[in-house]
Amino acid sequence: MDRYLTVDTDWYRQRVSGALICVIAAFLILLVRLYYLQIVEGTEFIRQSQNNWFRVQGIPPERGLIFDRNGVLLVENRPCFNLSIIPRQAKNPKKVVYKLAELLHIAPEPLFARLAEAKGVPSFKPILLKRDVSRDAVAIMEAHKLDLPGIAITVESTRHYIEEKLASHFLGYLSEISPEEFKSGRFPDNRIGDFIGKFGVEKAYEPYFHGKRGKQHVEVNALGQLTRVLKTDEAIPGKNIYLTLDIGLQRTTESLLAGKVGTALAMDPSNGHILAMAGLPAFDPNAFVEGMTYESWNDLASNKFRPLENKAIQGQYPPGSTYKIVTAMAGLKEGVITERTRLFCSGEYRYGNRTFRCWKRNGHGSMNVTDALAQSCDLFFYQVGEKLGVNRLAKYAKACGLGSPTGVDLDMEARGLVPTTAWKLKRMGVPWQGGETLSVAIGQGFNLVTPIQMLNLISTLANGGIRYKPLVVSQIVCSDGSLVKKEMPVPLGEFSASKKTLQIIKKGLIDAVNKPTGTGWIARIPGVFVAGKTGTAQVVRMEEDNDQKPVEAKPLHLRDHAWFIAFAPAEEPTVAVAVLIEHGGHGSKAAAPIAREMIRSYLGRNEGLTIND
Amino acid sequence: MIDRRLLQHFDWILLGFTLVLGGIGILTLYSAATANADITVIKGPVYLKQSYWFALGTGVMILLVLFNYRWLSRLALPIYCLSIGLLVAVLFVGKEVSGSQRWLVLGPVSFQPSELLKISLAIMLARYFSESVTEKGFPLRELWKPLIWTLIPFALIVKQPDLGTSLIVLLIAGSMTIFVKIERRSLLCLTSAGIIGSMVAWFFLKEYQKQRILAFLDPQGDPLGAGYHIIQSKIAVGSGLLLGKGFLKGTQNALSFLPEQHTDFIFSVLAEEWGFLGSSVVVLLCLFMVVWGLSIAVRSKEPFGTILALGLTSMIFWQVLINVAMVLALVPVVGVPLPLISYGGSSMLVTMGAVGILLNISMRRFLFKE
Repeated sequence: MDRYLTVDTDWYRQRVSGALICVIAAFLILLVRLYYLQIVEGTEFIRQSQNNWFRVQGIPPERGLIFDRNGVLLVENRPCFNLSIIPRQAKNPKKVVYKLAELLHIAPEPLFARLAEAKGVPSFKPILLKRDVSRDAVAIMEAHKLDLPGIAITVESTRHYIEEKLASHFLGYLSEISPEEFKSGRFPDNRIGDFIGKFGVEKAYEPYFHGKRGKQHVEVNALGQLTRVLKTDEAIPGKNIYLTLDIGLQRTTESLLAGKVGTALAMDPSNGHILAMAGLPAFDPNAFVEGMTYESWNDLASNKFRPLENKAIQGQYPPGSTYKIVTAMAGLKEGVITERTRLFCSGEYRYGNRTFRCWKRNGHGSMNVTDALAQSCDLFFYQVGEKLGVNRLAKYAKACGLGSPTGVDLDMEARGLVPTTAWKLKRMGVPWQGGETLSVAIGQGFNLVTPIQMLNLISTLANGGIRYKPLVVSQIVCSDGSLVKKEMPVPLGEFSASKKTLQIIKKGLIDAVNKPTGTGWIARIPGVFVAGKTGTAQVVRMEEDNDQKPVEAKPLHLRDHAWFIAFAPAEEPTVAVAVLIEHGGHGSKAAAPIAREMIRSYLGRNEGLTIND
Repeated sequence: MIDRRLLQHFDWILLGFTLVLGGIGILTLYSAATANADITVIKGPVYLKQSYWFALGTGVMILLVLFNYRWLSRLALPIYCLSIGLLVAVLFVGKEVSGSQRWLVLGPVSFQPSELLKISLAIMLARYFSESVTEKGFPLRELWKPLIWTLIPFALIVKQPDLGTSLIVLLIAGSMTIFVKIERRSLLCLTSAGIIGSMVAWFFLKEYQKQRILAFLDPQGDPLGAGYHIIQSKIAVGSGLLLGKGFLKGTQNALSFLPEQHTDFIFSVLAEEWGFLGSSVVVLLCLFMVVWGLSIAVRSKEPFGTILALGLTSMIFWQVLINVAMVLALVPVVGVPLPLISYGGSSMLVTMGAVGILLNISMRRFLFKE
């Protein structure tokens, strides 16, 4: 017998009746609720629908300010007036925009383009027509308000770099957040259209500068206009940042570099504070927030002197003779030479079937390490390098912080290159040539360093052997003045050389500046002992550059880079400097005077030193 | 294939309800989308797309009328397995939209297998219950099979996560089980298990889901956050008054204050523009449709038809009830579409499919005279 006969239709009818009652009851509840909302409470809701629309508007936080180490304001925020149109209120947006362009004497086409782009956006939403119009334009629009229905002027805060181009590589710039950055989750408090730090300190300290977005809960009416502010969660302004920069020294340094391509920087040897970091050519960071045209961006990006590059940390150059400090340190520590070792310079050194020359063609004669540093004798260091071998030399170079980033809190720092036999085999697939060691020992060849690495090297030598992380910020302070964070010196390592070894090298550097035979004689300052080392980094490899033409006669791109690294006062150093002039020719002529004036300026103002020429 | 006798018994009334509700849906969508350009920008003209789905749904409906529905009883297991297979596939290759992985993409169209499952499960359960139904009711030991068949897809849908659809799945299974009667003791056991289960489930809910429930209990606690949907929906519905603001004139709708106005909250657009009169007509139409479905269940002369008709009707009933109750702020916000009216291809096809099967059961009721 079929299963379905086990229960009869009446039983089902009874079950369905039960279901029917439930269904009707449920729908009755819906109808009663509808009646309640629409008829009983309806007038209240219609009032709310007219007036009581909630919206949340974001309040962008004020970006933190930037001061120099002494509290001089460098970067502030200024009001920026933006022009928008609300099509619904404008009735005839095209006509209004045309009128607006006429009043402001600007071309209407770009404004029409903005309108066209916004097609499909609900008509009560404002469309941005023009960013950052002048106060005069605002005044004109206020006066013609009635002729310009639907035009709205909103104020927002925008970044302002007070002295354009001053310390631009160091400060960096802002730019609109990219869709990739927005999606990355690293900027949870930002919206599309926000400006964030993209370079320099602005980028490195973005989390501090940004602060926290506020919220305003508002009611808007049927036209989307604000009628009442319900609740405001104020935005928390970003933190103010005091740099390590001494803006006086920075300004001096930039004026000293004027007309050249290169970089000059200064550091406090006692704690790693960067006192100046100038690079030329520079750029105006204001241009990035004001909106750059494609052409001006292209000019910046394709300029062969690379104005957007911070040469102090991104530029990689052969160190030239400044590297002899490393070779001397390695030689003394490894015992291949002593303080008293004398080597003879005849002007020419035979290695295998090659001849290596000293820069002084007829030779220096008999030299000890101090003389060799002071007079930058190549032959002395060829021999030291030959005895050390490239790998032992590399060990000391690395211990001095070369070949790896210094860790300075700025973007895109280059690491430089300390060559070893293993590196060459891996990189080029051919074994190391003995002669290459000789080139490396005097800072030519494969060696590459960044100016900040050399600054750190000379600064370490100045303070007696402690290598600090270069600091760009001294303290971070809340907008109410309370201290958030004080950047403390960060020791990265210590020279393994003994105090005595360092003394020997220091003596060489003092002689280099203070003895007429020294290569840095031009950098001397009466009344202060300056210690320094010149360097001439060959752009063209030595063998190829056999003509003896004076520097000025060579085409610019073949001229050597000029180095000078120094510290002062030699006994109790308070400032270390590094100068690199691209294609400047000899370090002694192009770079040393700049270093001298930087030191003079810094000591003159900070140490109260009276320096008479 | 269809003889004249069958055609004489064709259920024109059910078809009529379906077409009227579908038409109202397209009209409302037209308003929802025209008022808010954002939707059109993102999805294209939704009312047109919905019309295509409606036409396609009508095709599915006709297809499901052509053969004797009792074939479904034999095909129950394969259909069920296919649905489960698709649900599993969604877990691996499904398209993710705003945090939920619910869609299978086949060329230009995407489909939610969870919608299909509702019908497959109803068929599966109808077959099982119709084979062993007694007036005494089912004891617990005979219920473990339907329980497993329900819990497998339930878990898969919760995993997506799609709280609304998984809830509907439970409600369909529950309605059918209670309809075929279970022993009092078993009922108590299952009810208490359900209560404990939901308490445990609270800890597994996603943060946004908890927020919605808390917001329902106290919408003013966070009027701009989780409570926003509820408040805005109430304002839209309430401001419709007796006659409504008129077609295309809903301001809540126009100013995009309504969330999900073309899908889950379509009823608030309707209530705002057509007022109490219009919205209660729609509610009553839905009620008549459900009542009609129940009458089909009674008039079918064999258990499989009766129980299946009840299952499919319960599906429509629960969706209407939960959706409208949610829009009217009677229950927390759960994503359940309003059948035939909310925008959504899968939902449309499956509802039309269910109507097709109901029509099938209805017109073949005289083939089983005792």
